[in-house]
Amino acid sequence: MEKVMGLASEKGVVIFSKSSCCMCYAVKILFQGIGVDPLVYEIDQDPEGREMERALMRMGCTAPVPAVFIGGKLIGSTNEIMSLHLSGTLIQMLKPYQALS
Amino acid sequence: MNSPSTQFVSSGRMGMYDPIHQIGMWGENFKSNGISNASTSMFIAGNPNSSQPILIAADTKLDNQSEDTSHGTLGPSSKYDQEASKPIDKVKRRLAQNREAARKSRLRKKAYVQQLESSRLKLFQLEQELERARHQGLYIGGVETSHMGFAGPINSGIATFEMEYGHWLEEQNKNICDLRTALNAHISDFELRILVDTGINHYSELFRMKATAAKADVFYLMSGMWKSSAERFFLWIGGFRPSELLKVLKPQLEPLTDQQLLDVCNLKQSCQQAEDALSQGMEKLQQTLAETVAAGRLGEASHMPQMDTAMEKLEGLVRFVQQADHLRQITLQQMSIILTTRQAARGLLALGEYFQRLRALSTLWVTRPREPA
Repeated sequence: MEKVMGLASEKGVVIFSKSSCCMCYAVKILFQGIGVDPLVYEIDQDPEGREMERALMRMGCTAPVPAVFIGGKLIGSTNEIMSLHLSGTLIQMLKPYQALS
Repeated sequence: MNSPSTQFVSSGRMGMYDPIHQIGMWGENFKSNGISNASTSMFIAGNPNSSQPILIAADTKLDNQSEDTSHGTLGPSSKYDQEASKPIDKVKRRLAQNREAARKSRLRKKAYVQQLESSRLKLFQLEQELERARHQGLYIGGVETSHMGFAGPINSGIATFEMEYGHWLEEQNKNICDLRTALNAHISDFELRILVDTGINHYSELFRMKATAAKADVFYLMSGMWKSSAERFFLWIGGFRPSELLKVLKPQLEPLTDQQLLDVCNLKQSCQQAEDALSQGMEKLQQTLAETVAAGRLGEASHMPQMDTAMEKLEGLVRFVQQADHLRQITLQQMSIILTTRQAARGLLALGEYFQRLRALSTLWVTRPREPA
């Protein structure tokens, strides 16, 4: 879906979220703690939200939120982010974007 | 409980078949199996859910039927007919009564078996309760007794989890023993690796069990009811804090190489950040749930138009518990990657013994000698 991909490229770190989702909030806090300021897009406040949700699921994000994109690429949801962070990989991926805090 | 005879003597049975005798028979069997008398009297004295209505209704029905059949035998006109048909009618009546008796017997047996099944389940839950109380020390008249089984409906998912956790603990103690023996015996790294993998997989098994239980009752997991009281003191989103795990392990793992020290330090930091993020997410969830429940007009009582929202929040809670367990799992996995086999074995032993000591502490605390009030 172009809207999703368009938004995903707008900033280095993009998180698709829902305003009612507390797990999305937790992931946002995590990124802020690492020193990154992600673009958080609340799809439940978008009229095309349902379609965006379906698009994210088609792309492999089963949750479907939070959906984290780094450098325009879908990285995954909470599970993937947590695993990458604890293995030290996430910090490496975020290095180019850490200056944006 | 009052004796069975008082329930049925008024039905005016004249000995065609004896319900009291039949119940007594089953009652005897029940007692001889060693199941508590409480269940027996429940059945006979009339648990509201039980067969009592069936029995009384059945008795009444039979009364009517015998009256009908006796009426049926009156009426044939000639004397000859009356005498010839008498034995056949008698036979027919007897057959009908036998069929009726058999039918009622089957109904009673069915009700009895249902009673047995629910008593069995209650007994199992009581045994679980007792076992846990024994591990942790008894709470008398406290929250413990009111929580388990007696109050709410039976949750088979949780009953299953508690039973499986009992087995898990036994297996865990065995694993810890094996690790202790192996480290003292200086076995090969290859064999030690097998023990380490077994240990880590065993924790994975626990997380799988908890994931299933979370769907059955997430509040149960959040309150850590399967753990000993000292373990529960350290509860964080339905389990131990991953960062605590690292603090417990580190002293046991020395000496560490410089690279290992760096890796452990990084792991500690990222683990802490993940924990903080989940904690803040949980706080937000609590806050919004409270707001949802508090909203609405004064005087509405428990009619909540925002029930759907509240239920959604609770679904979110299941997700948090599962993510917390995921964090525990990946912390363990990362440690096993950073450490050598021998270090990992020592680490697992240290972790296992830490929780064993917490459990022992719980028992010690509750059974400590106290000054009379």
